[in-house]
Amino acid sequence: MAARKKRSIGELTFEYLNYTVLIFTSLAMVYPFLFLLSLSITPSEFTTVSLNLMPKGFTWNNYEQVFNNEYILFGFANTLLRTAIGTVATLFVTVCTAYVLSKRYYPNRTFWTMFVVFTMFFGGGLIPNYLLVKELGLMNTVWALVLPGLINTFQMIIARNFFLSLPESIEESARIDGANDLRILFSIVLPVSMPIVATLTLWTAVHHWNAWFDSMIYMQSGDKQVLQVVLRRIVLEGSDTMMDLSSDMEHVSRESVKAATIIVTTLPIICFYPFLQKHFVKGVMIGSLKG
Amino acid sequence: MNHAVSRSDLLSQAKRKRIWHYYWKHRYLSLLFVPAILYYVIFQYLPTYGVLIAFKDYQFRQGIWNSPWIGFRHFQHLFELESFWQVFRNTIVLSVYKLIFGFPAPIVLAILFNEVRHSLFKKFVQTLSYLPHFLSWVVVAGLFVQFLSPSIGPVNLLLRLVGLDPIYFLGSTDWFRFTMVTTDIWKSVGWGTIIYLASLASINPELYEAAEVDGSNRFQNMFYITLPSLTPVITIMFIFAVGQIVNDDFDQIFNLYNPAVYEVGDVLSTYTYRRGLVELDYSFAAAVGLVKNVLAFLLIVITNAVSRRVNEYGLW
Repeated sequence: MAARKKRSIGELTFEYLNYTVLIFTSLAMVYPFLFLLSLSITPSEFTTVSLNLMPKGFTWNNYEQVFNNEYILFGFANTLLRTAIGTVATLFVTVCTAYVLSKRYYPNRTFWTMFVVFTMFFGGGLIPNYLLVKELGLMNTVWALVLPGLINTFQMIIARNFFLSLPESIEESARIDGANDLRILFSIVLPVSMPIVATLTLWTAVHHWNAWFDSMIYMQSGDKQVLQVVLRRIVLEGSDTMMDLSSDMEHVSRESVKAATIIVTTLPIICFYPFLQKHFVKGVMIGSLKG
Repeated sequence: MNHAVSRSDLLSQAKRKRIWHYYWKHRYLSLLFVPAILYYVIFQYLPTYGVLIAFKDYQFRQGIWNSPWIGFRHFQHLFELESFWQVFRNTIVLSVYKLIFGFPAPIVLAILFNEVRHSLFKKFVQTLSYLPHFLSWVVVAGLFVQFLSPSIGPVNLLLRLVGLDPIYFLGSTDWFRFTMVTTDIWKSVGWGTIIYLASLASINPELYEAAEVDGSNRFQNMFYITLPSLTPVITIMFIFAVGQIVNDDFDQIFNLYNPAVYEVGDVLSTYTYRRGLVELDYSFAAAVGLVKNVLAFLLIVITNAVSRRVNEYGLW
């Protein structure tokens, strides 16, 4: 920046105002979380309303309650399972598809690209999708959560654009040595495509961690639901069965258990957050450049 | 004549043979492509076929194909139904509110970010503001149900402290839309800045230097350099936002609404869900879904055409 002149009063006022607005924005972003955090460690006798975030007492009982709830444990297991299977499957198929569509010499490439892109603008909608999963016999299986969204076309196109941007030359020598397309993809192209693979992995994993609607409609028993649905039942529907409050617990209030449940569900995202954030931002940049 | 036909037949036959030859030549690529074809045919194109049930009296036992045709009866019924029009109005009204208040929010925030000289502070605020984007609406809804609660929520406590009556943000028809707009802004404003920040970063700094030499102050810079540089992105984003006007946010509404606010809060996607998967009126719900999809598709085509004319830039 060039040497700065003396700032006018207007500019200084703006400067202060800007900082105030941004500090207020940050507070608005974290205050709800801090409020919940405070509520989640407050013993029941103190759960009165207060703007003060400092809890008056301290207890782990609410969290103990959460981790003793078998629905939540099932929920964790189911979420981990769908996230693991879903991420691996999606990554594999997305990379394969994107690679094929990035090859200019692949026959009818334009047709296949349109075949794929059309689905971004028109789909059957909720009911036909539901009936399809039902008629395929996928209800109550993890495949109902993995297969219908196996390829995210938008992300696949982003991966294709990444492959298109790689220089042809990296494949040429291998081709001369007689390597086939499979070997070229998996042992030459993939190792230099780690940035896009990492981004795809995180996109898919976060998607699966947060998904709930498919589980809610395709899974028919409580022990098959993913964590988000268990959370929904407890916090939003106030289901006592799912909340599973044991009578011998002292210092536990419903509101505090709800708060603790929300915190527990959110924690994994918060832990990976700095890392996630960086890759997601990069993803938006790639997408907006080519999109 | 006869001769010509058989000749072109032969030619196209040869062509077809050649195409298969190419698929075989790149057989490893073809192999990699098989899962994708299966996926798109089964999970993307088959449901499009399932849309047929909107024109049928669907019976699960008989399946899609064997259920009796009834033509446009569901659509006729739908358009005569007061509840459908109410849901349709709710969807549009809510989208328009979100467009008016939610659309400018990330632009303003991005410009404010851009004016911060202290880079650590900027980074800190940005990082915090992106956080809600990574959470599901289930979590965010849970958060706000407690945060806005008339009994334990701090917002209502504050209102009471200044002598106002508590507000049922989620239970009152007067406040529900307001709550939808503000919670939506809370969740998406930070993330929305990224695209604007990217185009702000590409402004040539020499522009600012030259303007400063000419005695321009900060506000003049903002209005005559920063904002005009954002105009193309803003136009594109606005056109596409308009194209999304019938696409309500199911996750948000479904997790925050309740029967007390259906009158103002029930939207097309939640209505489809309840009619279809709760009341099991599959055909009728599929008809509602189809109306919505067709409208959404038309809107995208129209807004894309507008975008191409205005910006010489479109999705296709």
